[in-house]
Amino acid sequence: MVPLSYYLALSAILFCLGVAGFLFKQDIITVFISIELMLNGVNLAFVAFSHALHQVAGNVFVFFVMVVAAAEAAVGLAIIIAVVRNRNTLAVDELSQLGDK
Amino acid sequence: MTTTAFFLLSLVKCLVVLFILLTAVAYIQLAERKIVGRMQARVGPTRVGPFGLLQPAADAVKFILKEDVTPDGAHKFLYVLAPILAVVLALLSVTVIPVGGMVQLFGVHTALQLTDIDVGLLLILAVTSMGVYGVVLAGWSSNSKYSLLGSLRGGSQMISYELSLGLALIGPIMLAGTLSLRGMVEAQRHLHWFIFPQIVGFFIYLTAAFAETNRIPFDLPEAEGELGAGYHTEYSAMKFAMFFLAEYVNMITVSCVATLVFLGGWMGPLFGPVWLVAILPTLYFLIKVSFFLFLYIWVRGTLPRFRYDQLMSFGWKVLVPLALANVMVTSLVIALK
Amino acid sequence: MQLTLFLIFGALAVAGAINLLVQRHPIYSALSLVTVMGALAVEYLLLGAEFIAFVQIIVYAGAIMVLFVFVIMVLNAGEVIDQPRSRIAAFLGLPILTLLAIELISRVYGDFGATTLTMGSPMVQTGPIGQSLFHEFLLPFEVTSVLFLVGVLGAVVLAARREKPQVVAATRQQHDQEKAMAAAQR
Repeated sequence: MVPLSYYLALSAILFCLGVAGFLFKQDIITVFISIELMLNGVNLAFVAFSHALHQVAGNVFVFFVMVVAAAEAAVGLAIIIAVVRNRNTLAVDELSQLGDK
Repeated sequence: MTTTAFFLLSLVKCLVVLFILLTAVAYIQLAERKIVGRMQARVGPTRVGPFGLLQPAADAVKFILKEDVTPDGAHKFLYVLAPILAVVLALLSVTVIPVGGMVQLFGVHTALQLTDIDVGLLLILAVTSMGVYGVVLAGWSSNSKYSLLGSLRGGSQMISYELSLGLALIGPIMLAGTLSLRGMVEAQRHLHWFIFPQIVGFFIYLTAAFAETNRIPFDLPEAEGELGAGYHTEYSAMKFAMFFLAEYVNMITVSCVATLVFLGGWMGPLFGPVWLVAILPTLYFLIKVSFFLFLYIWVRGTLPRFRYDQLMSFGWKVLVPLALANVMVTSLVIALK
Repeated sequence: MQLTLFLIFGALAVAGAINLLVQRHPIYSALSLVTVMGALAVEYLLLGAEFIAFVQIIVYAGAIMVLFVFVIMVLNAGEVIDQPRSRIAAFLGLPILTLLAIELISRVYGDFGATTLTMGSPMVQTGPIGQSLFHEFLLPFEVTSVLFLVGVLGAVVLAARREKPQVVAATRQQHDQEKAMAAAQR
């Protein structure tokens, strides 16, 4: 028997690691990958709750999250391709044209 | 059944399946060389053993003894990982394939299948979709332009045709109302084979399956005329043998799924004494699967290779819309019934 | 048994996530995420969500991450050399993040520590998920599919290489000339 809190803790850890990656990494692709990690952490919480409450809705939400993540990945990667084509760099810190530096 | 007995039974089943599978791969490969040889007015391998029957063993020895080369500048970890991934994933999908009904063997009542899960078809699709990694990583990690080109082609081809493959299976899934392969076969009793209502789906599946397994006429990822050998150009010895094994196991899996989903699996007329009734279903299954495997070889001996842009536009502009239309028509018919 | 499996694959998921942060090359980060996703799929199986577990593999690991790996390959992305960033952020970032994690987990324990999952409860069948998806959640489903379509169109528009009209015209002219010359030679 695994307590619900174990699953939620795992989900929280994964989410926090995703946040860390999003904040610390300087590579635009890895930053994007970190977002996916956060979404995965949240999905685990959804499924865990769905199981604990004996409801299907949690599973359905995970399904929606996946579809939205797929759309997001398609657009995001297209943007990355466009950025690399125009600026020839993957470092987020070098894309600061709109800033006042 | 106790846990120990369960593990023991599973282990025995795994070993038996693995043994049969590896032997099958070896002899399909021999059959391919023989048949293609005949089609090209040659005789194929005849020297090793009677009728060249020991040729697979000779090939295996050769693969083991060859020098294992790793190119300079290769990403070592991924370079080693890619063939392992390819072979493991290929073997994984075999676990859910049933080859017959329930049997009573040595006092143990068991299914002729490693495991029957409710979403067997999904597992096969999942494994197929992961199979792209083997191709993509192999090409990228070998640090060679032919490999990279081959793996880019292979990756996009497999992703594109996976879509039609999945869509083609939706028709039978709707008709059967289950994702379990065993349930699917049970739904096709009394010659209600899904190939009859789903003839369009069947041909879409067949085409997509050829593309998924990178076989002629869709063998662009390893087009030897233009890319050396595509994504596995830089691989030698056992690592190459692993890709080879994965390709043939994938062919077997795809043929098995075609048989189970469209041709009624092990269903067929039962007659004769008890022992014949017992082995007939599996025999039917094997005959149907061999038909598909022969088709693979036949097509290889007959058709030329597609051009890459033709391949992609055929996949996206013909197969996918056709498969979608098939899904729509099928669901309409089911709804109106 | 359940707990052991949970711990093994939970540890695998966390290890994969940490590896994602540590690796310098994006392709290794992407593959670490694939590992995390595989481990999570097993966790979903433990939670009785068969369908979601396999969809996780098909959609997430088999489609989305393949797209990532593909883009990394096509762009020939290498390691990005880290630029120095704000010192204060570097000192405060990690402690604050750890605090966030501790806060989150302690909250989880405070609110749900007492609840236990009834493990070994039957698998969620695929049927009910479909029923729920096409009855209760029909509108969200349709809206998501429109969103998805827009996403696909957006991706095509963004990533397609636009050739400048003049270049196209020039190339066409050159092409015509070559053709004419070839015809003349014949």
